Amino acid sequence: MCLAIPARVVSLDGRIALVEIQGNRRNVDVTLVDGVRAGQYVLVHAGIALQVLDEAEAAETLSLLTAALGGGHE
Amino acid sequence: MSDARLLLEQIRRKVTRPLRFMEVCGTHTVAISRSGIRGLLAGQVDLVSGPGCPVCVTADVEIDRMLAYCDVPGAIVATYGDLVRVPGSAGSLAARRAAGADVRVVYSAMDAVTLARENPGRTVIFLGIGFETTAPAAALAIATAAEAGVRNFYVHSAHKLTPPAMRALLGAGGARLDGFLCPGHVSTVLGVDGFAFLATEYGLPAAIGGFEPLDILMAVDYLVDAAQGAQLVRVENAYRRWVKPEGNPRARAVIGQTFAPCDARWRGLGLIPASGLAFRAEYAAFDAETAFPAEVPEPPPRLGCRCGEVLRGEIKPPQCKLFGTACGPEHPLGPCMVSGEGACAAYHRYGEGSPC
Repeated sequence: MCLAIPARVVSLDGRIALVEIQGNRRNVDVTLVDGVRAGQYVLVHAGIALQVLDEAEAAETLSLLTAALGGGHE
Repeated sequence: MSDARLLLEQIRRKVTRPLRFMEVCGTHTVAISRSGIRGLLAGQVDLVSGPGCPVCVTADVEIDRMLAYCDVPGAIVATYGDLVRVPGSAGSLAARRAAGADVRVVYSAMDAVTLARENPGRTVIFLGIGFETTAPAAALAIATAAEAGVRNFYVHSAHKLTPPAMRALLGAGGARLDGFLCPGHVSTVLGVDGFAFLATEYGLPAAIGGFEPLDILMAVDYLVDAAQGAQLVRVENAYRRWVKPEGNPRARAVIGQTFAPCDARWRGLGLIPASGLAFRAEYAAFDAETAFPAEVPEPPPRLGCRCGEVLRGEIKPPQCKLFGTACGPEHPLGPCMVSGEGACAAYHRYGEGSPC
């Protein structure tokens, strides 16, 4: 029930954003997050955006992981 | 070999004693079962489910209280889908709907406000259930209804707060934990700071984890290191792409404008101080409990059902005699089997059926 889903912002109209979630489009409330732009990903729970994806941190996590695993991809 | 498999093997190699970590999020419960991580680490790292499923932790008396709203003349009872099949002592919302009550499943609290606007002659009662992720949506809906002058919209607040439940578990001393896997999405609201007390007051390591197998394993990797003295005991943020150190202060402010902490009853944990959310006086007109008072007698205990012990992490679902016999997904007796995020339902669905 605390499942929140990443959604890509398609467009914005005030406190409402049109987002795409797994191919479906719906409106979500973006009152609680700052500086959302079209093209960004937001974390949506019960119709409300709770956070904006930090893309730098996402990339950092991947590189940390690669380092921790000794670059061991096969 | 996949990254997840490599990391799993790395964790298995470094565990030197049996460790026990608790997750307190139903989505984690499902993800850990579905990915097979629980079984793959068994014998070395025991990943035990705690009070992380909102429907499951709701006490029987509160379920009965919610069912009573079906008797309010002209009522539309709006709720998240998880709650509809949960049996109270006299049926479920699904049974009441079959008997003629107007019970509607909504995706968000705001949809319930829309229902109220579209049905001005009816009384819309929204059953607000969930943790810190869900409470902001209810608070925003109430603020919206207040601004727009919607007078036929009410909320029953059964919202619950995660940290007080963790404190209650640790205070009771029964959980014997080496650390916590902190709920990833609750943490987007509470931030890293919201769980700092685990390290500073209880000396327990904690890791905020996401929901992909790699996210979970990265969190467990830190917990193993910290529990074995190879890392400092702290709150590790292993879900940085979504969780900021400060969380979402605006979401917390919205909750705080509408609600104030109150003592709340949890299934399996009893009455926990300041673990629920009650209406502030400014928004009391939206409080369904005061608008539609009902006498709800104390329900009888559920015979044989051990959901309470499951929620405290004292037993695993297969240790309950009803698991997979009298209680299953098609005929659930306890809420941990009803909700898709309940530990019993997750263990059953992913075949973790043998007592361990």
